[in-house]
Formats: sequence, C-alpha cells, structure tokens
Amino acid sequence: MNTTRILTKVRQMVRSFGLPRIIIALFLLSLFILAPFFGVNVATSLSDTLNRFGMNAVLVLAMVPMIHSGCGLNFGLPLGIISGLLGATISLQVDVAGPASFWLAILFATPFALVLGWGYGQLLNRVKGGEMMIATYVGFSSVAFMSIMWLLLPFDNPKMVWGYAGSGLRTTISTEGYYLHVLNDFLKIRIGDHFVFPTGMILFFTVLAFATWAFLHTKTGTAMTAVGSNPVFARASGIDVDRIRTLSVMLSTWFGAVGILVYQQSFGFIQLYMGPFYMALPAVSAILIGGASVNKASILNVIIGTFLFQGILTMTPSVMNAMIQTDMSEVIRIVASNGMILYALTRKTEAVR
Amino acid sequence: MNNELGAPLLEMRHISKDFFGNEVLSDITFSLERGEILGLVGENGAGKSTLMKILFGMDEIHQTGGYGGSVHIDGNEVDFTSPIDALASGIGMVHQEFSLLPDSTATENILLNREPLKHTLVSELFGERMNTLDRESMEKIAQGAIDKLGVPLDGRMLVSEMPVGYKQFTEIARELSKEATTEMEEGLRLLVLDEPTAVLSEQEAESLLKAMRTLSSEGIAIIFISHRLQEIIDVCDTIMVMRDGRIIKTVPSKGVKVTDIAHWMVGRQVDAAKRNTRTFNYEDSEVVLSIRNLWVDMPGETVRNVSLDVHDGEILGIGGMAGQGKLGIPNGVMGLFPSGGQVVFRGETLPLNQPRALLDAGIAFVSEDRRGVGLLLDESLEWNITFTAMQVQNKFLKRHLNGLVSFRDQQAIEEETRKYVQQLEIRCVSTRQNARELSGGNQQKVCLAKAFAVHPKLLFVSEPTRGIDIGAKSLVLDALRRYNQESGTTIVMISSELEELRSVCDRIAIINDGKVFGILPATSDSAKFGLMMVGQEVQEP
Repeated sequence: MNTTRILTKVRQMVRSFGLPRIIIALFLLSLFILAPFFGVNVATSLSDTLNRFGMNAVLVLAMVPMIHSGCGLNFGLPLGIISGLLGATISLQVDVAGPASFWLAILFATPFALVLGWGYGQLLNRVKGGEMMIATYVGFSSVAFMSIMWLLLPFDNPKMVWGYAGSGLRTTISTEGYYLHVLNDFLKIRIGDHFVFPTGMILFFTVLAFATWAFLHTKTGTAMTAVGSNPVFARASGIDVDRIRTLSVMLSTWFGAVGILVYQQSFGFIQLYMGPFYMALPAVSAILIGGASVNKASILNVIIGTFLFQGILTMTPSVMNAMIQTDMSEVIRIVASNGMILYALTRKTEAVR
Repeated sequence: MNNELGAPLLEMRHISKDFFGNEVLSDITFSLERGEILGLVGENGAGKSTLMKILFGMDEIHQTGGYGGSVHIDGNEVDFTSPIDALASGIGMVHQEFSLLPDSTATENILLNREPLKHTLVSELFGERMNTLDRESMEKIAQGAIDKLGVPLDGRMLVSEMPVGYKQFTEIARELSKEATTEMEEGLRLLVLDEPTAVLSEQEAESLLKAMRTLSSEGIAIIFISHRLQEIIDVCDTIMVMRDGRIIKTVPSKGVKVTDIAHWMVGRQVDAAKRNTRTFNYEDSEVVLSIRNLWVDMPGETVRNVSLDVHDGEILGIGGMAGQGKLGIPNGVMGLFPSGGQVVFRGETLPLNQPRALLDAGIAFVSEDRRGVGLLLDESLEWNITFTAMQVQNKFLKRHLNGLVSFRDQQAIEEETRKYVQQLEIRCVSTRQNARELSGGNQQKVCLAKAFAVHPKLLFVSEPTRGIDIGAKSLVLDALRRYNQESGTTIVMISSELEELRSVCDRIAIINDGKVFGILPATSDSAKFGLMMVGQEVQEP
C-alpha cells in the first residue's frame, strides 16, 4: 500500500517534470560523473556551464512575452540582436570606457528595439496563424540588410573599423577596454583554482526574470496570457488583441537586444554581419527543452531549459574529446547543438483548441 | 442465416461494464424490433454512450477489459471486435459531431470511399487505382438515399455552404446509402442517432423526425438519443430512461408526459418548463436599451434591419429559426462581428464594433460559442471567472508601492471564484482546475459566473442551454431568473428553444429573415409563436 502510494507520487512527479527533461538531465549528470575519469576538470566544466547559462539566459527569456501573447516562438530574435548590436556599436563610437559603456549600450539599443519591435509586431498582426514562418524570414532579411549597413554606417572609432580601409565595421569587435566582463566580474566568487561563480551576470538575469514574472502578474500581463490562450475570448472581454501582441513583440525584441549585450560582455566580442543569424535556434530550443509549448511558457522553463541545453553543449565536446583523444571538439559541439535543436523542435507542442 | 423465428432484431442481455472497478453499466437488458424507434434518454454520464460503444464494438471497450452480458442480432449472439463489423451487419451510427469534408458536395460526402467506379483505358493498363468516378450513378445513389429521408437536399451543394440541419441529413444519407453499395449484406437495419437534433432549429428537427418515421416505416429500427424530451415522445415507439448506468424505466411512449421522463431521468422533481408566473409590466419601466436599424455581418446569422427596445428590469426573449439572424443581434451589438446601426444604452449612444465600450457601459455577453468565445479552456476557473472583471473594471488587483504597480490579487480571485462555484453549483475538483476539464453544463455555469462577476446592468445570454443536460439546464435558467430578480439586471436571452424562452421571459421577439417579425408576451399561445417563426402573420381573432 505504502509503496504503491510512493510509486504513484513518483509517477506524478515524473509526469509534471517531463520524461524528456529527466533523460536529458540524467545524461548531463552522467557526463559530469564521467568527466574526471577522462581528465576533464569538473570544477572548470561547472564554471563553464554556469557562465554559458548566464550568457544565454536573457536571450531565452526573450521568447517568453511572445509565447504568452500567442505570437509563437520568437524566430525573429535576430531583429532584437541587431538592436543590441546597434546599441553596442554606438556606445563604442561614443567611446566611454569601462562599465558605463555597458549601460550606455542598453540605453542606445532601447529605442531601436522598441521601434523595430513595433514594426515587427505590426507585421505579425497581419499574418496571424503563420507568425513563426514570417518571423524566421524577418530574422533572415534583417541580418542581410544590416550586413550592408554595417559597411555603410559612418562609424569611425579605430577599434571598430577595418584597419586598411578606415571605414566599415569589422566582423568581430573586441569589447576589451569597454564592457568586457562587467557583469561577470561584479561580485564574482572564486572557489579553488578552477571555479568562478559569475554573480553579476546571474544577478542581472535574476532581476530581468523577476521583472518578467512580475509583469505577467499585472493586469496587462494577465491580458497577454489570455490573448495567447484564446484571442477571441480576450477580444470579447474588451482587450485590444493587436495592441497586446505588439507590446509583447516589443518586449521580446528588447530582451533580445539586452540579451546579446550580456552575451558580448562575457564572450568578449561583438559579432556583426552574419553573427545574429544563428542565435535564434539555440534560444528556441532551450525554451522548448525547458518544457514550454508554443503558447505556454514560464520563467522556470527558461531556467531549466537554458541550463540543460548549455550544460550539454559545454560538457559533450569536452568529455567526448577527452574520450576519443583527438581534437574534434568543434565538430562534436556542432553535432550536439544541432541535435538538441532538432530534438527540441520535434517536441514543439501546440495547445489544442 | 438461420434466424430464430420471431427473434427481435437486436437484443442486449444483462450488459454490464466497468472502467477499472468503476461500474458504469449494470444489468442492461432490452430488445428492439424491426422498424421500432427506441428513445434513449438520460443525463450526461448516465451510460448512454458507453452502451452504444459496446454495441459497436469500439476499441475503447476492448482495451478496458470488455463487457459482461451478451448482444444478439436476429437471435444470434454477436461480438463485434470493431465498428467495421457492426457496419457490415447493418448497424449505422450518426454522431453528434459531423465528420464531413467541407469542400466536397453532399453526394461526394455520402459516397466517400464507396464511389461506384468506371473502368477506363488507363485503369486497364495501370490497375484499379486509376478508375474514374462514375458521377452519374453516384448522384443516383445519393439522391436515392436523400429521397428516402424525404428532405429537399441538393446533392450538388457544398457541405461548407449548408445550414447545420443539412449537414445532419448528409450524415444520415451516408448511412442509408450503404445498402446501395455492395459491402453490406442486407442493407441498413439499425440506425443509431446520437443527439442529432441538438444543433438543429425546431423546423429542421421536425423534418428530421419526419425522416425518421419514414425510415421506420421501411423497417429500419432506430435508436434515438436526445435531450429534447418532447421529440422523444413525438417520434419514438418506446422510451428507455437510463440513470447511473441502470435502466430506470422502459415504457411505450403513448401518453407519457415530458415531466414524467424528466422525473425518471434525474430522480428528483424538475420543472424545467415551469411557467414564470410573474407579470412584468414592461410598459411602466423606461427603455434602457434601444437598438435602431442594426445590421450585422455574421456568417450564417445575418441581421438585416433590427430595431428593438429593451425595458429596464425585464427578461426579453429573442427566438426564431436557425439562420434567421437571432444570434447575430448580441454578437453584433457586442462588437464581435462587423455591424452598423444605432445602439443607445441609458440615453447614451454607444460606438459599435468596440467590445470594450459596451463592457464599460455595463453590458455583458454570454456567448453561444462556449468553447470558442466563452472560455479560456487551458486556464483555471479562477481566470475564466475573474478575467473580464479584472480587465474592464480593475477588480481583483492589489496595489503595491503606492499604486505604482498592481498585481493580481490571488486571494480575492479565489474568494470570488469559490463564491460562484457554490452559488451555481459548478462541479469541479478545485478552483484551479482548467475549464477544459469540466462538462458542458458546468462550463456554461462558468460562462455565466464570468458575466455575473462584472455586475452588468444588462446581460445578453445566447443559447444558454445548448448541449447541456436537463439538470444543468434548469439550474442555469433558475440562476438567470434569480439574478434578474435579485439584482434587477435586464436580461436579453436568445434561444432556439421556444419553450425555454416561454418559461423564463416576459416578452419574446421573433426574428425572421434578419428582422424583428413580431413581439408577443410570453404568455401567448405557443402556436402563435410557431406561426411567426415560419414568417406568417398571426391572425388576431
């Protein structure tokens, strides 16, 4: 009797957490256990995982508002990233050194994110039902357009432009001397030789995540969830559905802009041109692995998903590499990350109506 | 076949069924003769559908451990392992939900996958799959089935353009046509109709009943499941009442009264059609809502030119045939479909096509489309009930930081929800349960609670009892009546069931062809309303 009760309880817990997530988590755990046997330092790995989590979590958070309002997964994340890149380059152009440049970059990126997000929202309101396909191409075309603009825009900070031509931005720009590791190093905790806890970065994500959670508990946030759940119901309750959807797209775009800045300060480089092209799919996959569906997502989905996705991505190459004793880490990383993306997209579920 | 002489067409003996120890049917025994129409009634969950699933040998039954007892056809015991077996021995079923291809014609739907084929040169060369359809004989067979029903259905009509009633006829014609194609040995002998009239207007239902009688006179037995008791009495030879998995009563329909059946069904006294005895003198109260020259572009329910005055505190009924535009009125006024005209509420002209403006003015709407418009199926009851009030009237919000931000007030939301769960007897596990998991009747109560929560001055209620069982029905109607009396809310109720309108309303307006055909006090003779519905002037004696 008692064992059956425990069994049903376990079964319930498994169901609520989701079998795929448990399998992925167990796989990740086994990688951590295997690591020392192949000479991979667990502390370093753990530190890397946390670091990657912090770098990517805000980008994954950028999925949440649009999912809530029923706009689907934000495949147009590159648009937000481009806003972030504009903020970053303008901040470097202004040439304020140190941490202030990071906050300036956010400040400069915000108007771009809001304006581009508004336009993107207007577009998505006209293609209800096909948002994700359209969003993908919004991402693609904006990247192509900006590839031209990066060459033409009149930036002239010598740290950013091509050395031989003196004009046009480089493909990668170092954030050193500006906001490299401003969040990573803020209140960072070093334990032993190999483990660093990036307190500032995690704290920054926590603040944004809490703000999102709080927003979803306000009247407008409630309306956003309802619009995603049943737009006709929302309209009958006097909600301006298009306005709420536009707001959600603007929020998502802004999170995208801030997300890439967080990523850059840790990564050390601003990647222009085709850089934003490949950013959407890992973020989409992370939130799906976290257990979100096309029109339901929570902050917990973001945290679990980002951690699992980035954990696998950090651990698989290093452990596998050590196992087979050749330098294949890049190949394995690509196989693992695209495999995860493929898996996540097959898990895409839509609520039935 | 060696038929036992005089054996009934269908006999079910001592049928019992349990789902994991939970008994849903026990000791069901009945028989059915050729050409007999058996009315099967019972509240939702009484076991009607399970019984039919056993008859058809549905997978669901086998996967859950089979059933007890035996099924006999022509005196021979049968045990169908799949619905295909059942079809092969001449048993057909028409479901409550349509399974039709909307972009095909009636004929194509009737003969889907059983089309007579023509051999052509190409098919001689490449095999059977290249045969072409024999359109002519298809039309002949389909028309034959339609004629048997005796309805004016055109075989070339697209399903997507049909009124609901015709879709139902198409489904039945499909079952009938099966005898014309070869796979069935003896043609259709038993037809099961699962709530075929639930979505039909009274007129459409009437022609369906006529068709049923025609079929029965040709020797086809019918099992008719319906919530509309008067129809059961009108059309059936025998009535079988089920309750909690048992047969409560099997009686010949002659002389049975609706109240008797209702009583057997629920096991308690129900006066669904109890007359509203109050006499409301609407002329003494002022006009609260005045609609002038309203048009509404709602597909299938077009409103052309409606002018209507609603008096303060009354319950106004709006009736009429399906498709005449009665449903368009509330949907248009509330801004859910494009509309034009003038709507004046308490002396104030309200803008149309803006749901928010109407809600702000204190008008609420309970939609006939519960699942599409009325509910957030994947959210909790709490959200469903309090959402509109929160958005429109800023209720259930708690201010923080000197009113800088305000969050949902979970405690207030829970209290309000619990209040309505109690008041309307909503059957649920908890207030956090998702609306999708509730039964139709309870979902309807949630819709009402949502409207009550905004404390409207005027309430539009559209088809409040569509598709819910008789117990829930009287609860819903009582709740409306009580709400009107206690809070003085003016109610405009739209329903296709005239008796229901007559039992609740003070006055009833009949809509015909998108216009108000006439308004009579609810106490008027029902025959007068009937005449108005079909567009005939009532001759005053």
